[in-house]
This record gives sequence, C-alpha cells and structure tokens, in this order.
Amino acid sequence: ATRPLPLLFLNLGGEMLYILDQRLRAQSIPGEKARKDEWTDVDRKRVMNDIITTMFNKKFMEELFKPQELYSKKALRTVYDRLAHASIMRLNQASMDKLYDLMTMAFKYQVLLCPRPKDILLVTFNHLDAIKDFVRDSPGILNQVDETFRQLIEMYGCLSAGEFQLIRQTLLIFFQDMHIRVSIFLKDKVQNSNGRFVLPISGPVPWGTEVPGLIRMFNHNGDEVKRTQFTTDGNYIIPQREGSFELYGDRVLKLGTNMYSVSRPVETHMSGSSKNLAPHAKENIAPNPHAKEELNFLARLLGGLEIKKPGGSETGFQLNLFTTDEEEEQAALTRPEELSYKVVNIEATQEPGRQAELARILEELEVAEPRPASSDKGEDLLALMDGL
Amino acid sequence: QATWCVLPSRVLLVLTSQKGIQMYESDGSVMVYWHALDIAEHPPAQAVFARGIAAAGGRFICVGTSSGLVLVFDIPHKGTNVTVSEVLEEHHDAITDIAAELGQAPDGAGDLVTADDAGTLCVWSSGEEFTLLNKIPAFGCTCSSVKLWNGIVAAGYGNGQIRLYEAATGVLRAEVSAHARWIYALDLAPLTGKLLSGAEDSFVHVWKLSRNPDTDDVEIEHCHAECVTDTQICGARFCDPEGCSFAVTGYDLSEIFRYSQ
Repeated sequence: ATRPLPLLFLNLGGEMLYILDQRLRAQSIPGEKARKDEWTDVDRKRVMNDIITTMFNKKFMEELFKPQELYSKKALRTVYDRLAHASIMRLNQASMDKLYDLMTMAFKYQVLLCPRPKDILLVTFNHLDAIKDFVRDSPGILNQVDETFRQLIEMYGCLSAGEFQLIRQTLLIFFQDMHIRVSIFLKDKVQNSNGRFVLPISGPVPWGTEVPGLIRMFNHNGDEVKRTQFTTDGNYIIPQREGSFELYGDRVLKLGTNMYSVSRPVETHMSGSSKNLAPHAKENIAPNPHAKEELNFLARLLGGLEIKKPGGSETGFQLNLFTTDEEEEQAALTRPEELSYKVVNIEATQEPGRQAELARILEELEVAEPRPASSDKGEDLLALMDGL
Repeated sequence: QATWCVLPSRVLLVLTSQKGIQMYESDGSVMVYWHALDIAEHPPAQAVFARGIAAAGGRFICVGTSSGLVLVFDIPHKGTNVTVSEVLEEHHDAITDIAAELGQAPDGAGDLVTADDAGTLCVWSSGEEFTLLNKIPAFGCTCSSVKLWNGIVAAGYGNGQIRLYEAATGVLRAEVSAHARWIYALDLAPLTGKLLSGAEDSFVHVWKLSRNPDTDDVEIEHCHAECVTDTQICGARFCDPEGCSFAVTGYDLSEIFRYSQ
C-alpha cells in the first residue's frame, strides 16, 4: 500500500517518547540531591533530545520515506531497541518488551478509533506536535522535526479517502490479534478485560458524515418526495470543527496526544488468555520467507541511525519500566512464549555478504558493557541481534 | 477478495490479491486461470492490486484493478481457455467494487456497475463489446461497495451514506444517512429486495428496496438494526436469497456471526 511505514514508525516513536518521558520523570531526583547513579531532570532532557535527534536525522528519514513494505513486528522492534539506546539510558529486555507492548497497543487503539481514514494523519501530527514541545529549547532539532513534518504533508496531504483507508487497513493487519491488556486503558474503560478495545456508539460523527437516521427519496426529476427516519441504539452528534492539516494548528482530535502523566503509571498484563493467541502462536517457529528482505530493510534503517556513543567515562543509566527491580525480573520470567519478541530463525538467509554487512553495523552499534552471554561475537547473527 | 462467480455453465471461485487474479473450480481443486497484474501499467510507488469481482452476461467475469482498469475475462463452458476479452478504461481511480444485475433489468438499465475510490460509478451493458450507458459522478466520497437490482444501483460510501440511483438514467433516487462510519459491505437478497449494510460503526442494517408501481419511484425502508459490540464490521452477507438470515465478520474477530429471523 502507498507507504504506511513512515506513519507507523513516527507514531510508534511518539508513543515511545511519551512513555520514556513519563518513566524518567517518575524516577528522577532533584539535581542537588541525586547520587551519581540516579536520574535528574537534566539527564531526562538529555535523553529525550538524544533520542529525538537520532530519530529525525536526515539520512534515517530518507531511508524511512522510501517506498517499501511493512515488515514484521520483530524487525521493527530492533530499530526501536536501537533508538531507545541512543543515549545514556539502558533498558533491560523485560522493560524493552513492556515498552514495545505499550507503544503498539496505544497506536493500534488510535488507528482503530480514527473517525475518518484521513484522521490517521492528524494522529501523526499530534505526536509530532508533542515531540516538538519536548525539544522546544533546541532550534536545531526543532528544524529537523519541522522538515519531516513538511515531508509528511507533501507525501500524504493529497491522498484520497480510499488511499488512506488502504494505509489504515494495512496498519490494522499489522496489529491484528494483539490483545495485550494495558492498565491505563482498562482503568479508562477504553479496553475490555478480554483485551479488545471499546468502540463507542455515541459521540461526534466523523467530519463529513451525517448523524445516521434520515432517509430521503426523490422522483425522476430530482425533487424530494418523501422523508422518513429510523432509530438505533447509537447516540451521535455533529462535530464542531475539522482538525488542521497545516504545520501549525488545532488538531481537534485527541487520539495521539499524551495520555500518560507521573500520577498514572502504566502496567501491562501478560494475560492468561493464551488460548486466544493459539492460532498465531505457531507462526513464530516457521522460517520467515521474508527474512532476506527484512535483514536488508534493517541494515538500511540501522545504517541510517547515527548513534553518538557516550563519552569514555560515562556509564549507562538504567531505566526500569516497572515499579521495582523485582517486578522487572518477575516479568521477564513469566512472559508467555507467544509474546516473545526474540528474533526468529533466520536460516533462510544464507547470503554471507549481507550477513557480514549487518554484523558489521550491529558491531558498530554495540555499547561498551559487559555482556551477560559469552557467545562469540561476529559469528552467530542471531546471537548478535539478541545481544542488542 | 474471494467471490463465487456463477455462470450458466459453471461456477468459479475467483480470488484477487496484490499479485494478480486466480480462478479455481468451485471445489477449489484445480486452478483454472492465473492473471498476473502488469506493474508497468501503474505509476511507480503506488499500490498494485486487483479488487472487485462479478460475473456478467452469463459469459464474462469482470475484475477491477488499482489503476482503475476493469478486466473482462471471457470464460469457456469448461476447461482453462480463459481469455481477456476487453479492458474497460473509464475509471481513473482504483476500483473498489463491481456488481452485476441480480434481478430483472428494465430496458436500457444495463447489467453491470463498477465503482471506484473517488466515488464515480459506471453503468455498463455487457456483451462482445461492453457499452458504457451512464457515468454517475462522484460527490466527494469513496464508494466502497455497490449492488445492482432491478435497475436500481445501491451504493455504500466511506462517509456512511447509502445512495440509490436509477441505472438507466443515473438519477439519484434515495439518500440514506445510514452509518456513522465507513461502510464496508453491502449485500442484496434478490427475491425480496432486502439490502444489508455493514460498517465500521459496529452496526449492520437490513433495508427493503421496492418500486412504487404507480409512480415508479424507488422506495427504501429500514427493517432492522444489529449492533455487534466493539466490532468493526468488515463483511456482511445474506445466507439465503430471501434475506431471512445473514452472516457478519469483523476486524480482529476469528468468528463469523450468523443472525436469522
């Protein structure tokens, strides 16, 4: 379909930044009181700046906007993994898993509830508006984001409703069968306890749609000759105004704005409803026919991410997406197999040239940290990906 | 997409995808024909797919494409010698749906309707050479699905509206504010004129189409509504030609729901 990837990437990235910002605020200590290994406000701003700078760098954006397919969730996750580590922050596997779960469920919700297919662009603009606010003190990065904004307007501004619906359908297929329960969604009654989202049958109709109920009939001259009404359980109203698709403006739509705050922490439930996952669980084991294309895609995107390595004396700061370290350990141990983001068997790719190139890129991106496993670097590509 | 194409001599199962069009014997045992989509016909970086399938004129199967072209396949009584008999070039936007006359067409009403992303509808008369009878201009919204019955075109739109047009003249005969979201599916029960509509607003509606014998005016009345809670309807079909029961599918739903009177 006409380029769903930039929209997918930017919106998921936006959600990631909301979550990281919230967790960093929750874990931060006032500057004077902080120990050497504790977060401060200054650290938080630095992390946000570093990640946003990396996300919006020109080379990376160029790769992103090229015409290409949507790849698997696992392939995409590798890019976010790298992005999350673009600064002094470090995340354990369990926290990274949780982060990705939250990001994907949030965007799935936003895509599903878009009133019009075109509103997916407003959701994207909401995320970009918020990202611009995160870096409002840094004109250089602000320019990069504006540049991407303009590219989006140019690429998507003139698409028809049908083309947007095709993009939306492609995204929905990408998110199909994901039913991870998110605490903040459950509390707000936006998600049911079975993991499915609530679709309201009340509220404003989309811009350009009429409130259902009226039937008008015309004769062969075009004169209205009869008018009737029908009723349903729905309770709809007319919307007040349309959101803006300009660089600056009131988007009106709330989907895509930041729903987290320090007082509303986020937890996910690895639900025991694994029988719902059964039909797709087995897919993880079969060799991926698109493995080769996926590796090419990853090599290009990761190659475009210019990561600044932290200075020699700096060590990484650990960020925990759970409330305690024990919770994080527990989450890692109890994560159901079907929901694992481990990279699948890539035996399908026997091309040594491509393997070597990706290995080289991944090596460059390695952080100077003792690695838990003692596997040989540069040999097993699968192990390299796992070690990220 | 997948559709049964019922012709006097045989029934074929036709599938469309991003690669092309496949036709199978009705039991799925043998692939009768494979048509690959010509990438060159499409502007670069645009989606390529086939969409919209209908059997027409007792002899043809028509399939739409993302470039707006409609391929007309001539189907032999048996065997695999399927040929492209014509390519219809009226639409400039991706085809969304194609419908053949399900009842009795009045004179001059044609027997095929094609719809596209822009909302344009074309009414055709099938034959060795298809003739364009009417082009109904778009009003600014995608026509997502279309049905043709007794010379009445029933069209469902992305803004939730259902419109009825006179196939012979292209005149608008009814306008229904039917749904609060994108209409995904329309179906029609030819023995009674019942119309089924399913949309992303979670609702399925049953309507009744008829013609006033005195005035010849087209009438539509609302019969029934069902709300499939928390589900965006993706497919809706009557299970019998009277329209006494229907089946519904939705996004993220692994079940098919069946409703009957």
